Amino acid sequence: MPVRVIIPTPLRQYAGKKEFVEVEAKNVAEALANLTAQYGDLRRHLYTDDGKLRSFVNIYLGEEDIRYLQKEQTPLRDQDVLSIVPSIAGGTALRCICS
Amino acid sequence: MALKLTQSQLDQIRRHGAQDYPNECCGMLLGRADGDDKEVHEIVPLKNLRRDAELAQKLLPLDAPGVESERNRFLIDPRDQIRVEKDARAKGLDALGYYHSHPDHPARPSDYDREHAWPWYSYVILSVQRGEPKEMTCWVLTDDRERFDREQVDVLNL
Repeated sequence: MPVRVIIPTPLRQYAGKKEFVEVEAKNVAEALANLTAQYGDLRRHLYTDDGKLRSFVNIYLGEEDIRYLQKEQTPLRDQDVLSIVPSIAGGTALRCICS
Repeated sequence: MALKLTQSQLDQIRRHGAQDYPNECCGMLLGRADGDDKEVHEIVPLKNLRRDAELAQKLLPLDAPGVESERNRFLIDPRDQIRVEKDARAKGLDALGYYHSHPDHPARPSDYDREHAWPWYSYVILSVQRGEPKEMTCWVLTDDRERFDREQVDVLNL
């Protein structure tokens, strides 16, 4: 039985407009790799150019942030639910604009 | 491509920006999308998690914590997002985007904004100059993540 990956609204356009995608995976890294193998356009929004998960991508296994589990090595069982939760962040340019 | 809000919702964002000055304010825009247009039904002010520097640094580390702070950075707690989105879904609403303020800076997205943005969402930016809310603009990240496209803001007459 596969694992379900919930796709956040801003990324659904790259995943066939689906709210969730089911993938076979033993751990989180494998689940995301299989997800992006199916939907290649997701890759640039989830990963940096050097292949690391972007720091502003939060992954939850159920209600647990994987940072507090085993990160991308967190093992998965059948019917587990992963959620991609986009971190919302931003800010000004650091150069001071004197007013 | 347009974001539709009422004057009252715009005023709510402006008040939040003034209230949190000199720090960045932030919040969520809830509503319904119809094709390329988005209609805002509710503004949800949220806490800028950069106020809790230690927790924020664990979630999304800053390169220069002495220089970067809630004064020029915002971060929304993912737990707040999850909670608000769940409540929104129960009301038949979606997260359409987010707003934040730029204290003493123009209402233009920075490279930091772009590096941390998500496609499709509307990003409303409010410039707050010396405590006074000024220009408000709206932006959507391009698919290639190279820049933002300006999004038109339509003020609904209700």
